[in-house]
Amino acid sequence: MKILVCIKQVPASSKVEVDPVTGVLKRNGVDSKMNPYDLYALETALRIREEKGGSISVVTMGPPQAQKVIQEAFSMGVDDGAILSDRKFGGADVLATSYTIAQGIKKMGQFDLILCGKQTTDGDTAQVGSEVAEWLGIPSVNNVCEIREVGEEDMVIAMDMTEDIEITRIKFPCLLSVDKDIFQPRLPSYLKKQASRDREITMYTFADMEDQNELHYGLNGSPTQVQRIFPPEVNDSQEFWEGTGAELADRLFNKVKELKFI
Amino acid sequence: MTNYKKLEAEDIAYIREVITDPRRILLGDDINEEYSHDELSDTKSWPDVVVRALSTEEISKIMKYAYEHDIPVTPRGAGTGLVGSSVPMEHGIMIDTTLMNHILELDEENLTLTVEPGVLLMELAAYVEEHGYFYPPDPGEKSATIGGNISTNAGGMRAVKYGVTRDYVRGLEVVLPDGRVMELGGKVVKNSSGYDLKDLIIGSEGTLCMITKAILKLLPLPGKTISLLVPFPSLAQAINTVPLIISSKSVPTAIEFMQREVIIDAEEYLGKKFPDNSSDAYLLLKFDGNSTEEIEKDYDAVAQICLEQGALDVLISDTEERDESIWKARGAFLEAIKGSTTYMDEVDCVVPRNRVNELVQYIHSLNSQEQIRIKLFGHAGDGNLHVYILKDDLSDEEWEKRMNRVMDLIYDKAHELHGQVSGEHGIGFAKKPYLSKSLPADALELMKGIKKVFDPKNLLNPHKICQ
Repeated sequence: MKILVCIKQVPASSKVEVDPVTGVLKRNGVDSKMNPYDLYALETALRIREEKGGSISVVTMGPPQAQKVIQEAFSMGVDDGAILSDRKFGGADVLATSYTIAQGIKKMGQFDLILCGKQTTDGDTAQVGSEVAEWLGIPSVNNVCEIREVGEEDMVIAMDMTEDIEITRIKFPCLLSVDKDIFQPRLPSYLKKQASRDREITMYTFADMEDQNELHYGLNGSPTQVQRIFPPEVNDSQEFWEGTGAELADRLFNKVKELKFI
Repeated sequence: MTNYKKLEAEDIAYIREVITDPRRILLGDDINEEYSHDELSDTKSWPDVVVRALSTEEISKIMKYAYEHDIPVTPRGAGTGLVGSSVPMEHGIMIDTTLMNHILELDEENLTLTVEPGVLLMELAAYVEEHGYFYPPDPGEKSATIGGNISTNAGGMRAVKYGVTRDYVRGLEVVLPDGRVMELGGKVVKNSSGYDLKDLIIGSEGTLCMITKAILKLLPLPGKTISLLVPFPSLAQAINTVPLIISSKSVPTAIEFMQREVIIDAEEYLGKKFPDNSSDAYLLLKFDGNSTEEIEKDYDAVAQICLEQGALDVLISDTEERDESIWKARGAFLEAIKGSTTYMDEVDCVVPRNRVNELVQYIHSLNSQEQIRIKLFGHAGDGNLHVYILKDDLSDEEWEKRMNRVMDLIYDKAHELHGQVSGEHGIGFAKKPYLSKSLPADALELMKGIKKVFDPKNLLNPHKICQ
């Protein structure tokens, strides 16, 4: 079984500042890490490999230093990885990003299963996974909260539809976006880190892509126009109430009603 | 011994004069049951009145009155103690400091933080970190008050590198049993000016005076921390590696040991999986520094030592999420063990770091020898063990018998290994017999003498530590 996991490098802290003038994320001096949601996808892949055998590859898109997350994936037990990196890929929205990743995956070979995290902690769109599947013409399922059975031709998974859990059988090749906490991600291993220190990471640039139309990549291929980026307002207003349990319950009920939460 | 006066209407009337807000005076049924005990020990005794103080002045007035009228007074913080230090053995007045919870001053020129005693440890840590500073003492119980931490000289997990609460107290404002207010120490870094009374107060468990203000020393906040979770084939191998780590040149901030069975308790308690289950015994190490590269260089030597000693691997936790998955479990051990049995009692002894393994092996042998379930974890890096003796379904009588015997055996063994009765929880009421057995009679006499100088009428928190 050949598994591919899509991973991304994101800022290490959730408290990233936004330049109020340019609206650009202040990334300088900010530590980075692997998108925490991707760790669940990686762990899912590792568990499936433990049971079924096969190989796990990872792919990431980003500046050259994003190779660090591939090395991190190696130290968790991943076999090989590729980075898609080119100035022409910069400024991509979800459409151009998913297109570039789909192009990169085609270059990497055939996979039975592609796994993604639910979303990233910087972009937060939760759209790239499904769009990659669309570009590749394979079925995809989001919100996967459980792997029930992995067969030769297909697998059975559970997806969390908020109101209920839907169980479905999906044929390979397919793409799954897994939920947080599907498995507890393992920690990177010092021994695996040492062993994979010199392992090669393939880099694909625009020149390697099958589609050589520049208008499909990066800012050129992005119909989304970002009007403004600004830090979210922090609302720290607090109210303190005192009273008996019954009084407080009444008051809370009225307040929530007043705010139209119910 | 003083003949204590029972609280009467006129005494309450005086308290009402000092504390004008009636909601801050608790009497009769308004006294929550919590005030009659602490978090663990079965020491139980109710106060006659609870005063929720707001200022040094209030405390001073009440203590002066109590002194003049021979009424016992017991200080209390968040009540998270484990040995009964905050239990009012002679009833009387309990002074609750949890409303005195203000951070008074961050002095960035002297690197000090001045706080009221009721500030919770977690609030304090969050406040200083927000300002780029670091208060290193890190006891597991984050909802304890700083006053309580000072009163027990709490240690915590970072003691290996940074020391204990005592090392971070620069000055104290205290109220003596007769109501006099006094400042001890201050913002000075050095101090050779006579006996260090401030250091005498630290760890005195509210028996000498009441702490009403503290000046704490801060450090710059390290830029980055990385933890290593190291699985070993056996606990003995894990613990025997610790002295080698200590003698290497790199100093972790924390070295903890833990066993699979306690981790499973924590998983059940938190409803969350631990990130590794490859082994029965782990060392958990934490390193801090200014950058990832700097820390990596530091931990590399330690990782090599662990592997040479037979570690199965060295797992790296370098992000908030990963740290949380490990340290949250570690932080929940006490509650998790508590939840796994009907009742328990604890031993918090400390031995030289190179004797930890001997003690741990001995305690393990008691499990079967004494037919009682014992769980333990601890600060391998500073020799402080937390041992929990579990009642499960034993009858009260059988429990008393076996528990007392096991306690005796463990404390005797710790003593034999040149250890001490308590590493960080204190003596309070529950551990008095073990202290008197462990310390020389002359030392106990000196302690009693000190108590008498501070509190000649024995009104403040009587029947504790050496009495």
